[in-house]
Amino acid sequence: MPSRSATIASGHGLHARPAAMFVQAVNDSGLTITIEKDGRQAPAGSILGVISLAINQGDVVTLTSDGDNVDAILDSLVTFLETDHDAG
Amino acid sequence: MTNNGEVITGIGVGRGLVVGDVRRMPDPLPEPAKTTSSRTADEELHRASKALGETASDLRARGAQAGGLAKEVLDALALMADDSMLLSDAKSRIDSGATAERAVFDAFAGFSATLEAAGGYMAERAGDLGDVANRVIARIMGVSAPGVPHSETPFILVARDLAPADTALLDFDIVRALVTTDGGPTSHTAILAREKGLPAIVGATSANGLADGDTVIVDAGRGEIVVHPTAARIADALADAQSRQMARESATGPGRMADGHEVQLLANVGSAKSAAAAVDAHAEGVGLFRTEFLFLENDSAPAVEVQRAEYAAVFDKFPGQKVVVRVLDAGADKPLSFLTDDGEENPALGRRGIRALLAHENILRAQLTAISQAAAASLAEVWVMAPMIATVEETEIFVGICRELGIHKAGVMIEVPSSAILAKHILEIADFVSIGTNDLTQYTFAADRLLGSVANLQDAWSPAVLRLIREVGLAGELTAKPVGICGEAAADPLLAVVLIGLGVTSLSMSPTALADVRAEISRFTLSEARELAERVLSTRNAADARIAASAVLTQ
Repeated sequence: MPSRSATIASGHGLHARPAAMFVQAVNDSGLTITIEKDGRQAPAGSILGVISLAINQGDVVTLTSDGDNVDAILDSLVTFLETDHDAG
Repeated sequence: MTNNGEVITGIGVGRGLVVGDVRRMPDPLPEPAKTTSSRTADEELHRASKALGETASDLRARGAQAGGLAKEVLDALALMADDSMLLSDAKSRIDSGATAERAVFDAFAGFSATLEAAGGYMAERAGDLGDVANRVIARIMGVSAPGVPHSETPFILVARDLAPADTALLDFDIVRALVTTDGGPTSHTAILAREKGLPAIVGATSANGLADGDTVIVDAGRGEIVVHPTAARIADALADAQSRQMARESATGPGRMADGHEVQLLANVGSAKSAAAAVDAHAEGVGLFRTEFLFLENDSAPAVEVQRAEYAAVFDKFPGQKVVVRVLDAGADKPLSFLTDDGEENPALGRRGIRALLAHENILRAQLTAISQAAAASLAEVWVMAPMIATVEETEIFVGICRELGIHKAGVMIEVPSSAILAKHILEIADFVSIGTNDLTQYTFAADRLLGSVANLQDAWSPAVLRLIREVGLAGELTAKPVGICGEAAADPLLAVVLIGLGVTSLSMSPTALADVRAEISRFTLSEARELAERVLSTRNAADARIAASAVLTQ
């Protein structure tokens, strides 16, 4: 299954605003994507799942999807996670 | 129950007076009963998923209508209502026989507990989750949703307390005043009211007896709510409000007390745009020009020429007037990748403010060079100060660099108790000091000013904080140097009088607060302010300090 690792860039981690933007992007993609941190998994399309992983700046997460032709979408999600959305 | 003419007291925010009818915010929903459902699991699941979906759509529609920051908040809440994990959690509870309302209640409570266990910022989001849960459960049960009531006619909102989710959508043409039974002077409600210039009374326990449609006078200046006033009393109150309003509007000159003693009334600004608002509010200059806006969106410090143009744009709005620039205050809640350290356990106590700047002296020197050049080309009287000074030595280094780069007036902020206690030594070196009351309170009480769970400790009326300010005021008198205030405290009209009594010579605040403070200080002489300050200093806590000050007011 295609998967990607990403290092979280946002100063406050994946909380609130960046988390909401990320979940929205996952849901907009129409794919089923799983996010994993330290062996714990959650559906990446669930804000509560993402927030309960307590993802902080510098944490490495893995995104996995079982669909076809998902590379471009996973890449864009990785770019999102590796951008600091708390700056500014 | 309330009787005609009864007077309910609380802590007033602002000086406004409004007459109107009460609308209550519905109380929180009762916990849904743990009974076994008499419906089929499919029926219950349909009730739950329908209410979740409708709540999400409703939140999104209201977000789209409100726009801006409110839209962001409401969209995030909508995502919670729509959440796939939440629905599957509720479904498994329904499959074991729970009703839709109980299943949703328990599912949200489970996630709330996870967030609360995570602590800090996440724990504060648990409140948002509770708000969404209430909306969904109300929808399932077919009762009116908790939250601000909808109305076409103006009303006075009475609530237990107001959360950010409640106030994001308040229409200030309809909601004329706020009354809360819980919540203190630093609650979200009080801060919002101050920011919007809306009359409010918080902590009015007896307002619990008010019902929808009750006519009341809300007099924030006196901290009083008069229930079912007579027509004569309403007429008196309105006449009084009008004369106060006229006093506010006519008081456009410099800050002056009843005996002619002058106190500069300045504005806090964070950009050229907010500088314009300060000019409109008749500020006598700028007491705090925050410069973070130039840095926060960048990966590195902007070039000297770029900074110079931005400073010049603000200086040009205040020809002949004072503009106090605070050099970059990074760290704690304002981290900057190129200046502050990552991974500090306790960033509010870490390398922030002047500590970060002295560790990256090139950034400080570039900023001071830009300020110095912009000042030289401007008619404004430019002063510069450093944030988070804790020692006399830091003062020496900062003032030395300022002198070297041609800054004429170099001062420091007093935000750390150590510098308040040593204010005399600091003022022998610095040209002036400015007290940041928010941080000074945070560090005096060792209570994070952004953390809701310890917000009760964040109160500048505390005699502990005021005694530190007196140290600084005395040092200012001894050295004959200016002592300013730039913090939330300066915007509280009566506290502003107390601060003058403690030896403060200028007050800087958000422009919306200037008119009320200008009017309030004109009612007292300097010796009355000193007497007020003495009374307040001898109290045991912030609540007693307020009572002592108000007692003088009503004499």
